[in-house]
Amino acid sequence: MNLGPHAAFIVTAYAAAAVVIGALIAWVLLDHRAQLRKLANLDARGVSRRSDRATPASP
Amino acid sequence: MMAKNHRLHAETPGPKKLPMAITDLANPSRFLTVVRPILPWLTAAAALMLALGLSQVFAAPDDYQQGATVKIMFLHVPSAWLGMFCWALMSVAALGTLVWRHPLADVAGKAAAPIGAAFTLLCLITGALWGRPMWGTYWVWDARLTSVLILFLLYLGVIALWRTVEDPSRAARAAAILTLVGAVNLPIIKFSVDWWNTLHQPASVFRLAGPAIHPAILTPLIVVAISFMLLFVTLHLAAMRNEILRRRVRTLQLMQAERAAE
Repeated sequence: MNLGPHAAFIVTAYAAAAVVIGALIAWVLLDHRAQLRKLANLDARGVSRRSDRATPASP
Repeated sequence: MMAKNHRLHAETPGPKKLPMAITDLANPSRFLTVVRPILPWLTAAAALMLALGLSQVFAAPDDYQQGATVKIMFLHVPSAWLGMFCWALMSVAALGTLVWRHPLADVAGKAAAPIGAAFTLLCLITGALWGRPMWGTYWVWDARLTSVLILFLLYLGVIALWRTVEDPSRAARAAAILTLVGAVNLPIIKFSVDWWNTLHQPASVFRLAGPAIHPAILTPLIVVAISFMLLFVTLHLAAMRNEILRRRVRTLQLMQAERAAE
């Protein structure tokens, strides 16, 4: 595929999109993992919600 | 802290009643139960649509004037649409926070802000990279570019408010007010190219006279826009889920601190 004389601008734009969207996806995944880890730590210390104690379902 | 929050709610007038179906979804646990099975399907749909869109983008013909740089449009335009759509969504959520005190409204607003900021930033970056070869400059202070930059700064302002105000209910109200004030910027962005003489071109897709783009370029643009929207919905629901879990962690940490203080 020939991107012409402005290929660098096109490639940089698509690379920027990959970085921004990749960072968003990583943020959501890492944040989810961090919150689950904190909840598990609290649960291990015996700190849990009354509703969780009544029904032992994961968050 | 929790008791203080409850007092605050007790001192202010009660929320207005919402239809039953919406109040049912207001339960965070119910929301998590609904979202959990949906997320993998949404992720797959977004990935498939994005793959289809990108294959169409690279098969699309060059523009007769702009050459191959038109390929930047397939990223720039959907990012701009999402940046504005996300603020509109946050404005609805802000009304939910201020008028109905919907439990998920401020969660939705908070979770959307970083995603909207990211797509607005992508719009600005791709716009600059498209502007340099076409206009001869990365940036010009015309009404469209400046109003989109203001949108990006407003996103940063909302994110900063959430991070600086420790009490989530106070932060939610402050962020909701800023969001509603910032919503004034949306029609300014949309009509800036009509109201003022701008270097940025006027609307070429959503026009009364119909799209001004050839179907060979319009079709991949619409497919990429749908894939970006699916990606946005997926990320937003996942971020809302994370925010609900973060609030559970906070509540449990406060319970732990209260127990330790007894």
